Amino acid sequence: MSLAAELGLTLGELELEVELAVGTGELVVLLGPNGAGKTTLLRALAGLVPLRQGRVVLDGVVLDDVAAGEHVPTEQRPVGFVFQDYLLFPHLTALENVAFGLRARGLAKTEARHRAAAWLERVGLAAHTRSRPRALSGGQAQRVALARAMVSDPRLLLLDEPLAALDAATRTEVRRDLRRHLASFDGTRLLVTHDPLEAIALADRLVVLEAGHLTQTGTPAEVSAQPRSRYVAELVGVNLYRGLADGRSVRLPDGGAVVAADLNYGEVFAAIHPHAVALHRQPPEGTPRNVWSGTADTLEVIGDRVRIRVTGLVPIVAEVTPAAASELHLGDGGPVWATVKATEVTVYPA
Amino acid sequence: MTTTARRRRAATSRAGAPVGFVLLAALAVGFLAIPLIGLLGRTPWGTLGAELATPRVLLALRLSLICSLGAVAVSVLLGVPLAFLLARVAFPGRNIVRALTTLPMVLPPVVGGVALLLAFGRRGLVGQWLDRAFGITLPFTTAGAILAEAFVAMPFLVITVEAGLRAMDRRFEDAAATLGAGRWLTFRRVTLPLIAPSLGAGIALCWARALGEFGATITFAGNLPGVTQTMPLAVYIALETDLEAAIALSLVLLVISLALLIALRDRWFPTA
Amino acid sequence: MLRSRIRLTAALAVAALVLAACGGRDDNSGGSSSAASPSEIKVFAAASLTAAFTKLGEDYSAANGGTKVTFNFAGSQALATQIQQAAPADVFASADITNMDKVKDLVNTPQNFASNLLAIVVEKGNPKDVKGLEDLAKPDLKVVLAAEEVPAGKYAKQILDEAGVSVTPVSQEDNVKAVVTKVSLGEADAGIVYVTDVSAGGNKIEGVDIPEEQNVVATYPIATVKASKAPDKAQAFMDLVLSAEGQQVLKEYGFLPPPTT
Repeated sequence: MSLAAELGLTLGELELEVELAVGTGELVVLLGPNGAGKTTLLRALAGLVPLRQGRVVLDGVVLDDVAAGEHVPTEQRPVGFVFQDYLLFPHLTALENVAFGLRARGLAKTEARHRAAAWLERVGLAAHTRSRPRALSGGQAQRVALARAMVSDPRLLLLDEPLAALDAATRTEVRRDLRRHLASFDGTRLLVTHDPLEAIALADRLVVLEAGHLTQTGTPAEVSAQPRSRYVAELVGVNLYRGLADGRSVRLPDGGAVVAADLNYGEVFAAIHPHAVALHRQPPEGTPRNVWSGTADTLEVIGDRVRIRVTGLVPIVAEVTPAAASELHLGDGGPVWATVKATEVTVYPA
Repeated sequence: MTTTARRRRAATSRAGAPVGFVLLAALAVGFLAIPLIGLLGRTPWGTLGAELATPRVLLALRLSLICSLGAVAVSVLLGVPLAFLLARVAFPGRNIVRALTTLPMVLPPVVGGVALLLAFGRRGLVGQWLDRAFGITLPFTTAGAILAEAFVAMPFLVITVEAGLRAMDRRFEDAAATLGAGRWLTFRRVTLPLIAPSLGAGIALCWARALGEFGATITFAGNLPGVTQTMPLAVYIALETDLEAAIALSLVLLVISLALLIALRDRWFPTA
Repeated sequence: MLRSRIRLTAALAVAALVLAACGGRDDNSGGSSSAASPSEIKVFAAASLTAAFTKLGEDYSAANGGTKVTFNFAGSQALATQIQQAAPADVFASADITNMDKVKDLVNTPQNFASNLLAIVVEKGNPKDVKGLEDLAKPDLKVVLAAEEVPAGKYAKQILDEAGVSVTPVSQEDNVKAVVTKVSLGEADAGIVYVTDVSAGGNKIEGVDIPEEQNVVATYPIATVKASKAPDKAQAFMDLVLSAEGQQVLKEYGFLPPPTT
């Protein structure tokens, strides 16, 4: 029971080329910036967007095969979709919304309502069966949307930014419930988000989508440890460089170099955590193998640390204590030296 | 003018509408209201009941209702699918078709009547075939009156429903599809309820237009009490001989139009 | 600043409205007040007089230094109502005495200037083989008549009643020309119109005579309107119609002289 999809499509300015496999039991989270094509990908899997080329197979059943000219229309796919703004039918009550899919597939009215009521109770909304969507709070609407998508026992559950429309306070609580419901679902699950926190909290496996292409996949830990794109690096909060390694030195395309502790050869990424960067106003003495001169640019206070962006041949973000920041008068900008120990540089193949 | 005085004047003008606008608006209201007041003023209130109860008037009333509702039925049956196609399917020549459907709205009704004669009259393009093959002629029949009214009124329905379809969030239809609903079911249980306000407004406008139709009806369908003499025709004929009856009939039409307008006051054009 | 611009716009709008109201309805000389007599007259005439009166209008213009004659041809009952509602007519020519009587307080002494007979009109070639009034009662024949309020309709009813023929028309037209139109278009099989309409009606129709003993003589009176702004010119037109010249024109178009009493 799983999903195997390779698809290519063009929608407006977006060119999507993706190869994706989701096994049962793993909750895959598709993470990416806005405009990356996440929603389009979900819609394509649901059959709402035509493919230019590719093949989509769910549980061994071919849903799309462009070469063979096969396309199963959306309404015949065993797919449940939770839309970003839920799209609950405004003219129907919560119960009728949830029962809609059952009735559409031929179930008798009483039986459908019975099952719908059971699901609403499962998500804790037994008291709201007769409410119209506009009378529900964000969190309640999200749960109705989830129940509506799941009540027909779909084989593939697609969730498009299910928590995006909620405020921060509700989000945490709903995320917990969502995790619970998703855990008990026995089909294939694919969830889309742009929120890294959500991704890390929910994912068994992360897939990163940027500008229509997959840039990285792995567990949240793997992805955070070895970011492979600027986007992920910024999400994780790590300095990322890409260059040519020749032994311990990594040459960067703009001319600078990063020195690591171990040996590597070929195209590599080099990652440095901001808190490994030390800043000085005078050329430093001592052992650090990486010494770069630059200019202190912007300052940001994050919790009890201060992050400083340093521009120069090797641009870098450093994280220091507020005390250090004021001691060095970093707020005034000006020339600085950044140093990083070679042992603090993580290098991995690109 | 001193600066303080100028500021004070500016302040008051910003609070309400510019004086010029108020004047022009008053003129507009007068222009529209005075004819109606004139009608009300000349109404023979005393004999109104008797006037309205004459067989000729009752006949015209009944016929108007039958014909206008018939025209609405035709318009809904043909117009809603047309509106759907115009709004959703990018077929070749769509713009031409859309222009065509709005043509009766700007065409002088009499011209519409002449065109209908040339198309559906006994010697008309389609009419002669209808006559020869089925023995059906449309002029001088109630069906012909319904056709004439539908011709002028259907565009109102099509335009309003098309606007409603364009304004609605189509993702609701996507949601219905993911829930297993085929196209017809989606249309019935999702699209139609979502565009119900536009459809309602379209039907009301269509009905009002059909009710008031004169030029095309008298040209194409003719004028025979009980068969084709609808209220507007009855008013026109009565005007030449019995002014009181004409006023009484006009009053009825006026009341119906007003009622429709009041019912539609918030819904002239559908919003998303 | 904005305020004065709005004031200016309002003033211009009001001025435009006033000018439009004065500048007016027809080409009065120079838009001045009505001290000078207008250089055109309006003649309200029964629809059946269309061809004949248009010709007389041209003759009148030629003989009277270019004074324009504008016509309003319609059913006499419609014209009478319009005159009652103070429509600006200078001359009124009706197809029957009844409608002239309707406005007798508003016109000067009428005079009969022509008469007309009625005829059955059918499509060219008489495809439905209508030979006389009795044929009009045939159930599958589509007969169009003028409404009873229209003189032609009134006369038709008179004729049919006296002949004992019961006809259910498919439509009651507002003026006699509309009857001709419906028959020319092929929509109706037959109608009852004036003899003059048959000859004026073009090559798509032909007439079937109504024998004299069954027929009705329509008497056409003409009068000048009391409220006319050009009484001399109105009288001149009426005189033309009654003159030998005018009578000759009417004769050419198929009208008969007025009854001698």
